[in-house]
Amino acid sequence: MIYEENPIHQIPTPTQMHEGSHPSAQKYIVIAVILTILTAVEVAVYYVESLRPILIPLLGILGLSKFVLVVGYYMHLKFDPKLFTWLFVGGLVTATAALTGLWALFNGWGG
Amino acid sequence: MAVHATETHAVHVDTSPDSGYGTTLGLSHRKLLMWAFLGSDCMFFGTLISNFVVYYTRQQGGPNPAEILNIPYTSVSAFVLLMSSLTMVLALAAIQRGDEIGMRIWLIATASLGTVFLGGQYYEFTTFYSEGMKLTGVNLFSSAFFTLTGFHGAHVTIGVIWLLSLVVTSFVKGIGREHSLNVEIAGLYWHFVDIVWIIIFGAVYLMGTALAEAPK
Repeated sequence: MIYEENPIHQIPTPTQMHEGSHPSAQKYIVIAVILTILTAVEVAVYYVESLRPILIPLLGILGLSKFVLVVGYYMHLKFDPKLFTWLFVGGLVTATAALTGLWALFNGWGG
Repeated sequence: MAVHATETHAVHVDTSPDSGYGTTLGLSHRKLLMWAFLGSDCMFFGTLISNFVVYYTRQQGGPNPAEILNIPYTSVSAFVLLMSSLTMVLALAAIQRGDEIGMRIWLIATASLGTVFLGGQYYEFTTFYSEGMKLTGVNLFSSAFFTLTGFHGAHVTIGVIWLLSLVVTSFVKGIGREHSLNVEIAGLYWHFVDIVWIIIFGAVYLMGTALAEAPK
């Protein structure tokens, strides 16, 4: 945050007072390393035949972990006002509900 | 903008609308609008992914995901887009500490990685086309695949243009740290494009091919 790096010269604005401090560049790099490892694990489990029965939940968990890391840290939702989270999660929940409902109707239970 | 001088330091107060002053919620309206847009774009891609999930197994002949999708190739594309999210957030961190040159370097790196991704997608599309996949008239998998990944590619293209326009603006007018919100909003859009690919890579490429290979 600007005011945290230069607290004497800058008075925090209302927006800045609503937001927490953003991560450092080092932390962004650590998150990139974690994201790379998660992607490598995703691809690796895809090729392991014995994991095929649990492949979908496994890929779901790995994908969700990557999603949360990017949204939380790179998009700063973890640190920004909760209203932003609600705006985004509202759309996300609607999309997930549509996906789940249609999958169940056409491919899943009795499709 | 009000400036008040003390004995040793000039105190700077940012009273622009981006700072949250004069807004009902005390938040930047532009950032609020971007999050509302991203929420709506979630629904847009949600319908396209639903469309793929529902239709891709309803084959009417023609290629299927297990035959045609190249997982190692797409894994590299996914990695490239993931790294572009890192360079994007480093561009924002640079401008927030007033390092405009650093911001330009990271923005150019992000746009370059986005262009590499688009080049990869162009190669993939032309390869699939030569192998019999088409947007219409082949099968539901082909139509759903090209519609979904094509719209994602269009989003990436808009993102690359947006990032390059920021670089040009920086060279022409300069972008100071008081305007870092311009970079942050572009960054939100770029990261969103990345998370959509995280979902597409998992749901379409990995799960899609695995399920298509599974015995019925």
